[in-house]
Amino acid sequence: MGIEIRNKLARRAAEEINHGMVVNLGIGMPSLVPNHLPKNITVMFHAENGITGMGPSPIKGEEDEYLCNAGGLPVTLNTGGSYCDSAAAFAMIRKGRVDITILGSLEVSEKGDLANWIVPGKKVPGMGGAMELAQKAKKVIVLMNHCDKHGNAKIVKECTLPLTSSRCVNLIITELGVFEVTSQGLVLTELFPPYDMNKVMKYTGCDFLVSDELRRITY
Amino acid sequence: MKNRFEKMTTLENVLKFFHDGMTLMFGGFGGVGSPPTIINGILEKGIKNLTLIGNDTGFPHIGIGQLVSQERAAKVIASHIGSNPFAGQMMHEGRLEVEFSPQGILAERIRAGGVGLPGVLSDIGIDNEIVKKGKNIIQLNGKEYLVETALTAEVSIVYAKKADEYGNLIYDKSARNTNPLVAMAGNITIAEAEEIVPLGSLDPEEIVTPGVFVDYVIPSKGVNWKWAWE
Repeated sequence: MGIEIRNKLARRAAEEINHGMVVNLGIGMPSLVPNHLPKNITVMFHAENGITGMGPSPIKGEEDEYLCNAGGLPVTLNTGGSYCDSAAAFAMIRKGRVDITILGSLEVSEKGDLANWIVPGKKVPGMGGAMELAQKAKKVIVLMNHCDKHGNAKIVKECTLPLTSSRCVNLIITELGVFEVTSQGLVLTELFPPYDMNKVMKYTGCDFLVSDELRRITY
Repeated sequence: MKNRFEKMTTLENVLKFFHDGMTLMFGGFGGVGSPPTIINGILEKGIKNLTLIGNDTGFPHIGIGQLVSQERAAKVIASHIGSNPFAGQMMHEGRLEVEFSPQGILAERIRAGGVGLPGVLSDIGIDNEIVKKGKNIIQLNGKEYLVETALTAEVSIVYAKKADEYGNLIYDKSARNTNPLVAMAGNITIAEAEEIVPLGSLDPEEIVTPGVFVDYVIPSKGVNWKWAWE
């Protein structure tokens, strides 16, 4: 996925974030989200390694080896930010103080099951903080390619990969469109140009409903 | 500087606590906040067959990752090994036992070990076959919880920004991470400090780890690896 499309998805995810929220971002595409927030809101970005109020990457040459995000990359601290130990960082998650987590995934089921931590026999990196974030963040937003690199659907009826957490995803944003996970199943609420319904149906591995007010995103 | 509590010592003097087959708990997250001088001492002493307990296995050349990539570990209890390909490779070859714990639950297991509790109750991964495998399940207030057992270790090693003569510690920004928890959970806790200061130099309101939990303090020679982003 090119950077232009990745930025579109990040911009759409940024629409979910309001002033004052505590937000945890996964690595990769989710890290683009802060670039698309309006300037007049303050958001506390949370990192599992113990930062609340994380700011953007420092300029080259000003990196601090002891101020890094959970992925090990140098970051900065915004005004009002703070440090804590790992137990407190996860207390915020489990206690329900993290409003939104935005993460990538290998598969998502129509029920909102998330599978993003293991490919048996291939890649077994460990769950890190993904299970707690998926299970306990108030809102779980998945930002991912609609299909895997072989062209297989990643939005499926039942996940084939081991689950990170069941029934936890609220919103799925891909380059084709946006789905809400509801008690009735998936609802397609938005389409990204130039894609149409036929394309979404073709590349989605389960049935879904279509919102009466289907939005066609213009950016 | 005085040494009234006999905690301030040298790397050479603490190396006697490290032996083959021991359990070793380490502070740090992706190598940030892992004590470089102690890890280098363990490497040079040739210690092997370790059970390592900590957040992750760092990178192959960074932090505790060096012990893993130089095949000094028999078992790892961690939440993530993805940034150290050697760990995954050895796990697949059956040469490294890996016990995964969700990151915050691992932190709580370490904390439990450090606060004298036998374990914690958790609903993280309660419906996940891999997480709940082999764990007791307890009913409480009509809900099911996993019993997550406490973790302690023969020796805990941590990295601090400053330590005083008594072993009171403060940390450096996100290098704090698991260090305050790990510091409490060791039967013997050794802190490596960037700076060692006289008693009374640290603001009592700012001390993160009370020296009660710290047995020895050694001076750090600083990080001897290149960070992944450099």
